[in-house]
Amino acid sequence: MLKPQDRVFQNLHGQDDAFLEGARKRGSWSNTKEILSKEQNEVIELVKSSQLRGRGGAGFSTGLKWSFMPKDTGKQHYLVVNADESEPGTCKDREIIRNDPHMLIEGCLIASYAIQATKCYIYIRGEYHYEYLQLEKAIQEAYDKNLIGKNACGSGFDFDLYVHRGAGAYICGEETALLESLEGKKGQPRLKPPFPAGVGLYGMPTTINNVESIAVVPTILRRGPDWFKSIGKENNTGTKIFCISGNVNNPCTVEEEMGIPLKELIEKHAGGVEGGWNNLKAIIPGGSSTPMLAKDVCETVLMNFDDLRANGSGLGTAGVIVVNKDNNITEVIERFAHFYKHESCGQCTPCREGTGWMFRMMQKLVRGEISPEQIELLENVTKQVEGHTICALGDAAAWPIQGLIKNFKSELIKNYKKKLKAS
Amino acid sequence: MSEENLINIKINHKDLQVDKNLTVMQACEIAGEEIPRFCYHDKLSIAGNCRMCLVEIEKAPKLASSCTMPLMDGMSIITNSEKVKAGRKGVMEFLLINHPLDCPICDQGGECDLQDQAMYYGFDKSRYSENKRAVENKNMGPLVNTIMTRCIHCTRCVRFATEVAGVPEIGMLGRGENAEITTYLEKSITSELSGNVIDLCPVGALTSKPYQFKARPWELKRTDSIDIFDSVGSNIRIDSRAQEILRVTPRVNESINEEWITDKVRFNYDGYYQQRIDKPYIKKSSKLEPSSWSDAIKILKSKLKNSNPLALVGEHTDLETGFAIQKFMSHFGKDNIECRTDNQSILPILDSYRFNTPIVNIEDADLVILCGTNPKIESPIINHKIFKSYNSGAEVFNIGDDILLNYPTHYLGESLSELNNDLLKKHLKKATNPILIIGSGFLNQLNSNDTIKSLFSFASKNKIISDGKNNLNFLSPYASRVGQLLLGNTSPDNCQPYTKLKKKSFDTILSFGSEHIADSAFKESFKVYFGHHGDEGAMSADIVLPTPLYTEKNGIFINIEGRPQEAKKCHNPIGEAKEEWKILKELSNQLSLNFEINTFDELRQDLSHNYPNLVNFHEIIISSNKYEDQSNISFEGSSCIYPIQNFYMSDIISKNSKTMAKCVEDILSKPLLEKSA
Repeated sequence: MLKPQDRVFQNLHGQDDAFLEGARKRGSWSNTKEILSKEQNEVIELVKSSQLRGRGGAGFSTGLKWSFMPKDTGKQHYLVVNADESEPGTCKDREIIRNDPHMLIEGCLIASYAIQATKCYIYIRGEYHYEYLQLEKAIQEAYDKNLIGKNACGSGFDFDLYVHRGAGAYICGEETALLESLEGKKGQPRLKPPFPAGVGLYGMPTTINNVESIAVVPTILRRGPDWFKSIGKENNTGTKIFCISGNVNNPCTVEEEMGIPLKELIEKHAGGVEGGWNNLKAIIPGGSSTPMLAKDVCETVLMNFDDLRANGSGLGTAGVIVVNKDNNITEVIERFAHFYKHESCGQCTPCREGTGWMFRMMQKLVRGEISPEQIELLENVTKQVEGHTICALGDAAAWPIQGLIKNFKSELIKNYKKKLKAS
Repeated sequence: MSEENLINIKINHKDLQVDKNLTVMQACEIAGEEIPRFCYHDKLSIAGNCRMCLVEIEKAPKLASSCTMPLMDGMSIITNSEKVKAGRKGVMEFLLINHPLDCPICDQGGECDLQDQAMYYGFDKSRYSENKRAVENKNMGPLVNTIMTRCIHCTRCVRFATEVAGVPEIGMLGRGENAEITTYLEKSITSELSGNVIDLCPVGALTSKPYQFKARPWELKRTDSIDIFDSVGSNIRIDSRAQEILRVTPRVNESINEEWITDKVRFNYDGYYQQRIDKPYIKKSSKLEPSSWSDAIKILKSKLKNSNPLALVGEHTDLETGFAIQKFMSHFGKDNIECRTDNQSILPILDSYRFNTPIVNIEDADLVILCGTNPKIESPIINHKIFKSYNSGAEVFNIGDDILLNYPTHYLGESLSELNNDLLKKHLKKATNPILIIGSGFLNQLNSNDTIKSLFSFASKNKIISDGKNNLNFLSPYASRVGQLLLGNTSPDNCQPYTKLKKKSFDTILSFGSEHIADSAFKESFKVYFGHHGDEGAMSADIVLPTPLYTEKNGIFINIEGRPQEAKKCHNPIGEAKEEWKILKELSNQLSLNFEINTFDELRQDLSHNYPNLVNFHEIIISSNKYEDQSNISFEGSSCIYPIQNFYMSDIISKNSKTMAKCVEDILSKPLLEKSA
């Protein structure tokens, strides 16, 4: 359980002033100049030693990612902040931008300084219109007070920050598709290699980070990496914002210690599962892309990167979706399958063709029209998509279905037999 | 390849040393491992979207697409593991689930990448029980037929249009399953190279409209030939069945056309059989009437006896015919053959009438000056090379009319004297490899030798001609021109030769495919037209003699850079057509003139004996005479008149092609923004 003094996002629920005055009270911008007086490498090392892992889903070490940026190339470097939060079940970045935008702005400044980027773009999801206005207002404040801009915070570092609104495509949350979109092209993932750290936005070295990863950086540097490391476990440190939705009594977004037991998270913050814990069917722990966890796993699993992976799922964006027994879990996954079919960019074959095929089979599965052999075929198709695509959308489309089949295969077969009998 | 560029890799556990700049796919090809692919193409950028070329890289968690993956030292690549096979099988299945099973009626059948690779890498039955996707066909103009349900979204056509043709008019709309390839507002592609998307398409989504449902590839006889509709000499393959040509496709020749050909040569073959002159005609009371060879020869014999004839050589005349004409005409005196019926100005050296930069080197230019030439319609292949150089940073300058090309140009002005323009001077100073292309637009108008000489001086002063390289290029749009000039089939005047000839009087005009026979200057002369298509030229003649088309006989053409190539005979001549040399031989016999050739082989032997360097196939002729500089540079202020206005109807054969007529109607007469979607 996170102690109140360890909370990073103190205005997550918007109870205080979101803008500069309130932010200053909460500690933002208090000693930014001092932080910027450190060597760039030192900043990277500090973040590295805090063991902060990217909050966007993949969980890659943020400090390590920054250290991949080439040094002193003479080229323009860019920081791009991925605020295209579109993962179903996730709404953490929205709360940060809406209620504490200065944390993000200060984070952008420090991160850009660390990777020698004088320009930073925040690619914000198009649907987040209110948040966009909040962010623009906060940026204007920061410019007015010379916190960013030329000689930001009096540090001698020139820094410009731009906000770009997306047009509502899920795939533009994929980092290279986001770059394409930012460049004004069709949002389709690029091939890797080359990685963005070498050839990124406009062909220049670029780092792409999630909003939450960037927003915690100032606090880490202010309170020290050891403080951050003291929360959570080795390699799964710090605090994390969890978004709990679905069949819970009190859906909420809450900041907690990384590695809090899933059951505790739900019982304590979300008011428990609708109809009691025993009414739980399954939980999708990290946004729609992660495979679901059956009830018995949910009893014990810890909400961190490594423990969830060990249990066949992932922390993802920490969008916890709870499904109880009053709902048809197959329908839930079918809805996800439709989402991925709709959002596939159509560039590469397995995803373009496979998402549609999987969705149509899921439709049949919901109707109980799929025989056990065909369930195996469906599983086989998900395996044919997984790992064969340019970006991770193919994997993301395959995993929920794999999770369903893994956990509820016998039930699916039972449904089929029931339907067969009835007809 | 230098030592330091080599790295050690393993392919299927076999050690290999390869260049580190290769991709995994290229390395696998060197190792002799076949990698299936759809989206990858040598000449296009890498897309990596078909996912067919997956290979396993040891220690990597996922399969990697080999076309996109760069090599790394010590990399171990596996192309034949179960994992790889399963991956390919999976991708193949995905490609096929929404691909229609219409191979029996698909024009691509028999030469389809998808068909072939499905045989090797696919399942033998379908597991897909859902409905297949259907996609509405798109209009891509009169040349490209679309059956978009067959499309596998490899985006080769999109990349071709953008990167090679230079017209970004094809793209993918929509996303996911609903992604569709289409042209901008479903208009025809406004490129002279658009037909190449047909060859690029790995499936039957884009096929040839005129060839639709005509034949199967295994029924066709293949003949190697040369594109004679511009002067570049693109290598083509003619596919025919019996006495009919059914399609024309490119042959790869990296030093000329790579693997592209123009729409004109690809699609105008229906014009080969329209309006053909099938038998001799004799004009009786101002009307041409069918006749016989013997009658025609008889009249010709009486007319040519003690006469003073002039031979006009047409733009499609091969080298052997030119040589035979020369042989025949030598009996009637000197200076009585003219191939420069467009008044092209030359100096009596090879360098002054050919494209001196080898075509393959155009793309290395960092500055291109176009003078009185519209390469987009006069020579689309050269235009493509200029586009390539533009893409790697070259600046293009244009003098003449302010023409619309598929890359931006700095327009300097109308007159040739704009070569002294200050802006151009500034850029020339910086350029290291500038090239100058001067086209018939100016060359045909010049009145003074000094201007051509000045061009040479200008070139050597501005690094265009320097230490062994000559980038001063003369571009004529006609396939026969360089060859005929090398034979010397022209009058000695450097400038305005044809205008001067017309002032002299000739009692007989022999036109070998030249439409200029209809010129009013020859009103009083007796006119004989040797040709294959009935048009103005034939109509004005007193005797019309049928001759074969270039596909109906063997012939050598020397392309604009001076490279002899052979066009081979594809089928027998139509009707009673006779090769020109045979007719001339017959006439010589009748007139008791010396013409000791009996067979075509003898003719070619005689040609190679007299002009040994003209039959050295595929090698660029080395010019022996170099031009010496003069000190003063002066350009006459002549106007610019482009030789070709309409790409699709530039010659007598294309004019008779229905396909070309449709192109004119659909592409040229409907500007992009007028026709609404």
